[in-house]
Amino acid sequence: MTQTDTWTRKHLLTLEELSADEIRFVLDTAHSFKEVSTRSVKKVPALRGKVVVNAFFEDSTRTRTSFELAAQRLGADVIAFTEKGSSVSKGETLVDTARNIEAMGVDVIVCRHQAAGSAQVLARTLGCSIVNAGDGAHEHPTQGLLDLYTIRERFGRIEGLKVAIVGDIANSRVARSDLWGLKKMGAEVILVGPPTLLPKSFEKLGARVVHSLDEVIGEVDVVNMLRVQFERIKSSQFPTVREFTRFFGLTWDRFQKCKPGVFVMHPGPMNRGIEISSDIADGPQSGILKQVTNGLAVRMAVLYLVTQTSGR
Amino acid sequence: MHTDYDEADVRRLIEQLASTIAASFPADRPINVVGIRTRGELLAHRLVELLGLKGYGKVGRGTLDITLYRDDLSEIGPRPLVKPTQLAIQVDDVPLLLVDDVLFTGRSIRAALNLLNDFGRPSVIRLAVLVDRGGRELPIQPDFVGVKLADVPKDYRVNVRLKEIDGGDEIVVEKR
Repeated sequence: MTQTDTWTRKHLLTLEELSADEIRFVLDTAHSFKEVSTRSVKKVPALRGKVVVNAFFEDSTRTRTSFELAAQRLGADVIAFTEKGSSVSKGETLVDTARNIEAMGVDVIVCRHQAAGSAQVLARTLGCSIVNAGDGAHEHPTQGLLDLYTIRERFGRIEGLKVAIVGDIANSRVARSDLWGLKKMGAEVILVGPPTLLPKSFEKLGARVVHSLDEVIGEVDVVNMLRVQFERIKSSQFPTVREFTRFFGLTWDRFQKCKPGVFVMHPGPMNRGIEISSDIADGPQSGILKQVTNGLAVRMAVLYLVTQTSGR
Repeated sequence: MHTDYDEADVRRLIEQLASTIAASFPADRPINVVGIRTRGELLAHRLVELLGLKGYGKVGRGTLDITLYRDDLSEIGPRPLVKPTQLAIQVDDVPLLLVDDVLFTGRSIRAALNLLNDFGRPSVIRLAVLVDRGGRELPIQPDFVGVKLADVPKDYRVNVRLKEIDGGDEIVVEKR
């Protein structure tokens, strides 16, 4: 057995720490799990008897639902934990809360938290598997993996493609996970956004940084539009919504300048008419709903892989 | 203990297997031949070819990946790649021939039966294996056997090698 057909990690915390072989392994495993969703009985017993807790300390609909369905399709028992009404709102620390959850015999904690590094802290402290479902503006590894999967599904490869990630880069954990994953898989990444939301320091991570979407729109194979995260942005970082759309929105006029066959992505939820216009989001070159479908297969693969490994 | 079957032996065993199978299923009626990945899948391909030569024209093919149905899933080392199950056939109400290379404890067959159950209800399921090495842990018996090796000790492995992936055909019994 070669290095490329094994997985030994107990946690999934970041894409930064995964090798290209490990990423490829997860994507290949996800491909097999996608087949499960085509069956009349869309369920396998791989995680029968295991308990998965979705601990979401931040609002989320699609990621939480996707993890929940993924765990259920693997036959696991799934518990949803939300901060609202829990001991966290009474002042308990994240680690204490997680320790209490783990003490109930949990095998995996899927954690979303507003603090960058929270998943790493839990992985160091607890004995169960930790899957990072988004830690602050740091990483969102399963979103990165599903984006890679969707691109590979569309083009048959990732290597050699040019991918633009556009918008609010500074606040985006998706942008960081995508950047690490795409770079490792051999794509060229161009980050596009206003200087206030895209510091030049991102160049150090190996990306080309540009401040005008028009400058690169004609040369990219994939354009990944990020949601403008109004809840995170300070007013000084952001021009007016109208100005943002004028310079960085994927409008119909701008879309006409794209390469033929360009692939449009968005991690959702979309601000229609701000970062992306509706006719493009719903058009034939949009992969947005495919991203959602593939997210389920990727999360099934991740839950399966981390639970079957006894190492750290 | 060292029992070897070379390429000619393996070809003869598979041909005998195909003949016994052919005697049990009418050639003009549909049948599905489904192999358990990896070597069961390859044996199933060869059996389908041989059945074709015997006039079987309505043979559906499929491959089962039983990894997710194994009862020792959490005990087997680093994760090998899970591959998809391929059953683009009508499963319901059609006879199904399940094919594997070696029958030992019976646990792989149990997993395969559970997996098949998620796809439909064949009219009948029969089991063909190239080697029955004994040592059953479940009440599962084959219907068609290439060769029966009696009393192979538990610490010995029966390795079926097939030229499609192993470079040549042979059956080797060797110490683990």
